[in-house]
Amino acid sequence: MPHRTEDIEIGLLLEALYQRYHYDFRHYARASIKRRLLQARSHFNMSSVTALQERVLHDPEMLPRLLGFLTVQVSEMFRDPSYFRALREQVLPHLRTYPSLKVWIAGCSAGEELYSMAILFREEGLLDRTLFYATDINPEALKAAEAGIYPMDRLRKFTENHQKSGGKSSLSDYYTADYGRAVFDKSLRNNVVFSDHSLVTDAVFAEMQLISCRNVMIYFDRGLQDRAVGLFKDSLTRHGFLGVGSKESLRFSRHASAFSEFVPEEKIYRKREP
Amino acid sequence: MSAPPDRAVVIGASAGGVQALLALLPSLPADFPWPVLVVLHVPADRSNVLAGLFEAKCSLEVKEAEDKETVRPGVVYFAPSDYHLLIEENGDLALSSDEAINYSRPSIDVLFESAADAYGERLVGIILTGANNDGAAGLAAVAAAGGVALVQDPAAAYARTMPQAARQACNAALVLSLERIADYLKGLKAE
Ligand SMILES: C[S@@+](CC[C@H](N)C(=O)[O-])C[C@H]1O[C@@H](n2cnc3c(N)ncnc32)[C@H](O)[C@@H]1O
Repeated sequence: MPHRTEDIEIGLLLEALYQRYHYDFRHYARASIKRRLLQARSHFNMSSVTALQERVLHDPEMLPRLLGFLTVQVSEMFRDPSYFRALREQVLPHLRTYPSLKVWIAGCSAGEELYSMAILFREEGLLDRTLFYATDINPEALKAAEAGIYPMDRLRKFTENHQKSGGKSSLSDYYTADYGRAVFDKSLRNNVVFSDHSLVTDAVFAEMQLISCRNVMIYFDRGLQDRAVGLFKDSLTRHGFLGVGSKESLRFSRHASAFSEFVPEEKIYRKREP
Repeated sequence: MSAPPDRAVVIGASAGGVQALLALLPSLPADFPWPVLVVLHVPADRSNVLAGLFEAKCSLEVKEAEDKETVRPGVVYFAPSDYHLLIEENGDLALSSDEAINYSRPSIDVLFESAADAYGERLVGIILTGANNDGAAGLAAVAAAGGVALVQDPAAAYARTMPQAARQACNAALVLSLERIADYLKGLKAE
């Protein structure tokens, strides 16, 4: 089928972004990236995707704004509480046997998942021996993650989730309220490395006992998901754990056989040894 | 594996949708040659029982749509709660947790617009009962891409807002009773 003009324009814009700024969205799930690009086009009042492309090529300040459309930042603390409960009850007992731990939150957005994990590790007495890597490609999101400040109206949901996850303390122990904002305790991020890292273009950087990458690969096409899962496989220690989003799975991945299902309902996998 | 089908039926429904779908889906024969994708707005805690409920009553296979699976003919896919469902040109399903559109996630518009893109005139879009406007823009997109647009007769619908909005947004839509919609689907051929 001959391509529609708009689809050609979208392919060209993604190519331009890659060549100019090295952001590679060329193999993201196309239907959803298209929706978001068309939203950006109307938001910036552009007559066409080509006009948007011209603008972002010549005006680097457009880049972060466009990234805000191309990446999806929807998140919550203790999102899918049963996932965190499964980590607490079934994964942490294994992690406890290590003298020191490395945990990678890949695609950490504004830090909701990172702080959830840090609180879980503190409650279980593992925070002090754990080094967290929190990575994302969106610089604004990384900045927000480093700040750890959320509007107070989001805290009701966060608190409810924390409780459902089997939380052993009160979430309010970890933040102070400040003019309608919840400012999370700095000590939660004493051992956190925040870093710009792309699952599409970057490589392995450390050896982890646990990787949590939730609701990121859902935006990739299958080939790209394979790349990311391969990266995780190579970044995990023997019998390391990988958790993905509740509607994601390794079933359709080329690397499926490198992992066993550890908590199938929560999409927690464990690296198999050959 | 055979190539994924190059055509599809997409259905959107909200309030009263379970009943309407029960009048529709069980009447489709086991050898129905098209895949069927459904967005039904239901409270989050009830959505994972949907596939099971319909599976028991349908001759077709019914399942919750999974990210990156390839659609097959004769299978009914329900969007999971809290995720948008989209279809790619190569027949792969995609889920996304993007913001709700018009307060809806899954959104009928999102599914219909992606399907219109992927399948053009080889697509049938159907809007059933519902109490909001989701699906109106989507159905218009289906018709604009050359697909067939069907709307449940608002007068006979449990909630008429959604079919009415869809009819207004989409002049080309045919307004039919549930029985006629079922007849239309049963007449669809593999080619
Ligand atoms: C929907 S959020 C998920 C946040 C959190 N993990 C959760 O499940 O709530 C997706 C995040 O993935 C990031 N992302 C997108 N592409 C990425 C890539 N290639 N490498 C790393 N992160 C990426 C986005 O910037 C965004 O912050």
